Amino acid sequence: MFGMRLRIALAEKGIEYEYREEDLRNKSELLLKMNPVHKKIPVLIHNDKPVCESIIAVQYIDEVWNKKAPFLPSDPYQRAQARFWADYIDKKMYDAGRRVWSSKGDELEAAKKDFLEVLKVLEAELGDKPYFGGETFGFVDLAFIPFYCWFYAYESCGNFSVEAECPKLIAWANRCMEKENVAKSLADKQKVYEFVLQLRKVFGID
Amino acid sequence: MEEVKLLGTWSSPFSYRVLWALELKGIPYQYTEEDLYNKSPFLVKCNPVHKKIPVLVHGGKPICESMVILEYLDGPWPHNPLLPSDPYERAVARFWAKFADDKGTVIWTMFRSTGEEQKEAVKGSLEMLRTIEDLALGDKKFFGGERIGMVDLAFGALAHWLGVFEEIVGIRLLEPESFPRLHKWTKNFKEEPAIKENLPDKDKMLSNFRCLREKLLASP
Repeated sequence: MFGMRLRIALAEKGIEYEYREEDLRNKSELLLKMNPVHKKIPVLIHNDKPVCESIIAVQYIDEVWNKKAPFLPSDPYQRAQARFWADYIDKKMYDAGRRVWSSKGDELEAAKKDFLEVLKVLEAELGDKPYFGGETFGFVDLAFIPFYCWFYAYESCGNFSVEAECPKLIAWANRCMEKENVAKSLADKQKVYEFVLQLRKVFGID
Repeated sequence: MEEVKLLGTWSSPFSYRVLWALELKGIPYQYTEEDLYNKSPFLVKCNPVHKKIPVLVHGGKPICESMVILEYLDGPWPHNPLLPSDPYERAVARFWAKFADDKGTVIWTMFRSTGEEQKEAVKGSLEMLRTIEDLALGDKKFFGGERIGMVDLAFGALAHWLGVFEEIVGIRLLEPESFPRLHKWTKNFKEEPAIKENLPDKDKMLSNFRCLREKLLASP
């Protein structure tokens, strides 16, 4: 879902780019050279120089291509709030979601509870705004929306419904998905679920 | 000029990141020492999500998370900037600041553990220091170049807290022979007046963290 953030960002700014799919079990020379510290994707390469970490790369894109579709607000305080919430999403969402799909029994029940708590905090922050950024799709929306294509997998593994618990969040997600740049950048939820089922087999959960 | 308040604790490197930034920029502020075992209603109101320090309150509006605060400060107070102006250099600075946050915890693990867990943490800490010396600092005086910047503040714990932890657990990580450039950086960093005049007392730290380590090792 971290790579999807960049795809949305590049599309929003109308930037043409070459995409290279990496096999994380067989990392390319280029990936290892461009991200020697973490050896992870996504990596944005601009003028042969690498920018690693998705939230950092999104900010880089926003600062370089600054004439169109700003992601971050111009007010420093609002920018700080946006960065805070992107940081919250980074700290909480991935691990909470992973615990849901990779556990069972009591551990799964605890994981579901924690996952929904994270979603509820985010839903409260969204409030009645159409987007986290306010009237327009922005930085926090961009940071969060890729997780939406994993919701189906989480719900299926955990036997729960995000919409039942956080209807405003699902309304927000649907609003984001109406944007072509978002819809075409997210993975297919069925494919994500099948991928998760494979991972569960590999980890011996199923 | 709107009032600036900093909620922090005397022994936290995260708290000091913000304090140093305020001092470097010459921003007047009111400091409040928080008791993390008895959090003030004001702290909880300012940081309901994490209930942690540091919190900067500017004109009554709270900003949380030390690195978010550091990025914020360049906005209303652009002099002595903490971040470079070039977008690529900014991305590099943000990368290392994130590295400090994400990977720095291995040193805490070394401090609060024993046996195999500690051995692994020592190995991890040395690898981390190698990456920092070779890839983040290189031959520069500061991570920020000629002047202290956001990344120097992010790595500030290495300059003062690490020595305390090393003394308590009896393991030396940051040896001058192994990490000559990083070792020199710790000296340069602590010589900067804004930093030198704002460091927690070493003996107080030794006593406090020794106590804390005993507590952590005793609990299940």
